[in-house]
Amino acid sequence: MKLGNLWRHLALAVVAVFVVAACGSSNGSGSASCSESTAKTATSVTACGGLDALIAAAKSEGRLNVIALPRDWANYGAILDKFTATYGIPITSDNPDGSSQDEVNAVQQLSTTSRAPDVLDVGIAVALANVNLFAPYKVSTWGDILDSQKEATGLWFEDYGGFMSVGYDSSKVPTITSFDDLLGSAFKGKVALNGDPTKANAALNGVMMANLAEGGSLDDISKGVDFFHRLKQAGNFTPVQATTATVKNGTTPVVLDWDYLSAAHGTDVPTWKVFVPNNAILGGYYAQAINKNAPHPAAARLWEEFLYSNTGQNLWLAGLARPVRQAAMQKDGSIDAAAAAKLPPVNGTPKFLSDAQATAAKNYLVAHWLTAIS
Amino acid sequence: MTIAGSPAVAARVGRPLAGGRRFSLDWVGTLPFFVYVSAFLLLPTGIVAIGALFDANNAFTLENYAHLSRSFVVKSTIDTTVVSAITAVLGAVLGSLLAYAIATGNPNGVLRRVSISASGVLAQFGGVTLAFAFIASIGPAGFVYLFAQSHGFDFYAHGIWLFEPIQGLSLVYLYFQIPLMVLVFLPALDGIKPQWREAAESLGGSTWHYWRYVAGPILFPAFLGGTLLLFANAFSAYATANALINQGAPMLAQQISNAISSEVGAAEPGFAKAIAVQMIVIVTLVTILYSLLQRRTSRWL
Repeated sequence: MKLGNLWRHLALAVVAVFVVAACGSSNGSGSASCSESTAKTATSVTACGGLDALIAAAKSEGRLNVIALPRDWANYGAILDKFTATYGIPITSDNPDGSSQDEVNAVQQLSTTSRAPDVLDVGIAVALANVNLFAPYKVSTWGDILDSQKEATGLWFEDYGGFMSVGYDSSKVPTITSFDDLLGSAFKGKVALNGDPTKANAALNGVMMANLAEGGSLDDISKGVDFFHRLKQAGNFTPVQATTATVKNGTTPVVLDWDYLSAAHGTDVPTWKVFVPNNAILGGYYAQAINKNAPHPAAARLWEEFLYSNTGQNLWLAGLARPVRQAAMQKDGSIDAAAAAKLPPVNGTPKFLSDAQATAAKNYLVAHWLTAIS
Repeated sequence: MTIAGSPAVAARVGRPLAGGRRFSLDWVGTLPFFVYVSAFLLLPTGIVAIGALFDANNAFTLENYAHLSRSFVVKSTIDTTVVSAITAVLGAVLGSLLAYAIATGNPNGVLRRVSISASGVLAQFGGVTLAFAFIASIGPAGFVYLFAQSHGFDFYAHGIWLFEPIQGLSLVYLYFQIPLMVLVFLPALDGIKPQWREAAESLGGSTWHYWRYVAGPILFPAFLGGTLLLFANAFSAYATANALINQGAPMLAQQISNAISSEVGAAEPGFAKAIAVQMIVIVTLVTILYSLLQRRTSRWL
């Protein structure tokens, strides 16, 4: 790098700091600019000279790289399109069906190249294990997110989630009212998980839901594994991973999955029902994080501002995911009430896996899962 | 390969270097090949084999290799090897019969051209598409099964064998193994000249004699080579198996995937490398077995 260039960057950074200081809490005058180096370290929109400056900086970067966002998952298709339509910034969406770990692997392997993902949407376990890869950032609506749902400095913050559920095609199987129904002969080869629980978060939570329904606790998943052992013995557990295609074609008429993913099958299968057992209400959220080596740092931050705006949150809700600001938005009336009414009803107190509990469950599954179902 | 007879070499040989040792530059020609093999085969193998000796904190450990004795890895090793062997042998036999049918037909005929193009396409038709094609046709909700069931023929009455590793995967893999064998075996069959058969017959040989002493010995190495290729092809297949049987990771390639990209925090990259080394060892063993068999049979035939 030429020395002159360095000075120019430094000067810009100094100017930006003064602008931010001058603007104070007045939240940006719109005339300030947000250079690349400022954007890289900006921990809030004000640190980048306000929303208009952030938008301008993101537009001049001209692109946003996202990864592992399936278009049919939590309404991401509409969210990606809306972002591009609003800001005119094209999005490169890599490996849409990848796992959280694939996202982290991409961040490490692509490092500082221009193809590296700017932003991540990962499971909590992966977020906690990789905080050294993230840049701290607090969205404008930071205050609406509960303290238990974010890292204090903004390295990661939960985005959307839901409850584990039993989704089923009521035209193919009898109505399900309790977990033990699944062991019946009407369910031969019909019950599926969304992935392998030693690998996929949704599947691990599926086993945990079975565990809670069978009287187990969050600390010990063994009853859930035992349930699947019996399910396999009865010939009811199918080894096919449930996807939109297998549900549509009827290969997996009963799926243990997050309610927001399951409810979305209703568009393909009108007789699809989603049931959240009262004795096993298990909640789970994903988290957003910004890659600290993001090739488009301003676009990455603008993406987060967009996701946590009322528009972004309501788009997730329209995809039947429960956005993290849902409670606050319900209070101030900015929630899309029609979309909220479509969520499957939940009666009871939801339980959430702590990090230690998730680790204990994972360790037990690694040691016992494959022998239990083979 | 030798070029000792060429004048240029002879001239050089006639002028020994100091110390009497001949200096040859013949090996230079093989350099690109060895550089290529080192960069894309030996180096990755070395990285994987050595990487498996370290844990997540880069400390030396033998645990990753010790974990290969986990019961599910052992089971998956057996299943993978059995499925690969079954589909290699069946694929080779059926594929070579089909290739023979094509080779004896009209060399410019429509049937031959169609069969070869179809084999070219089908040999590459694998992965999620193929698995789903089977699920959608003969799966438990597939239209073929539902039709058969409604006509009193319930071929899943004793369990859904399509989702059992050995039966299910063998059936699905054969779909691309047979056409692949056709592609690799047809050139060998085309090399057989009809005059040889005529010669054998004019010398009083029967059909059995012709196959036993003429065509058989010529074709057998190509047949064995094709079988080995099919074995390796099935052994390393991943996407098809994963789409058909996701739970329990019955194939070794799926075990590697599970160990690399677990999003529940069960990622063990070192263990994944150990499994990869094990796969390399098995394929190497099969290759050695193949070359021994090749040498042995050349003596029998």
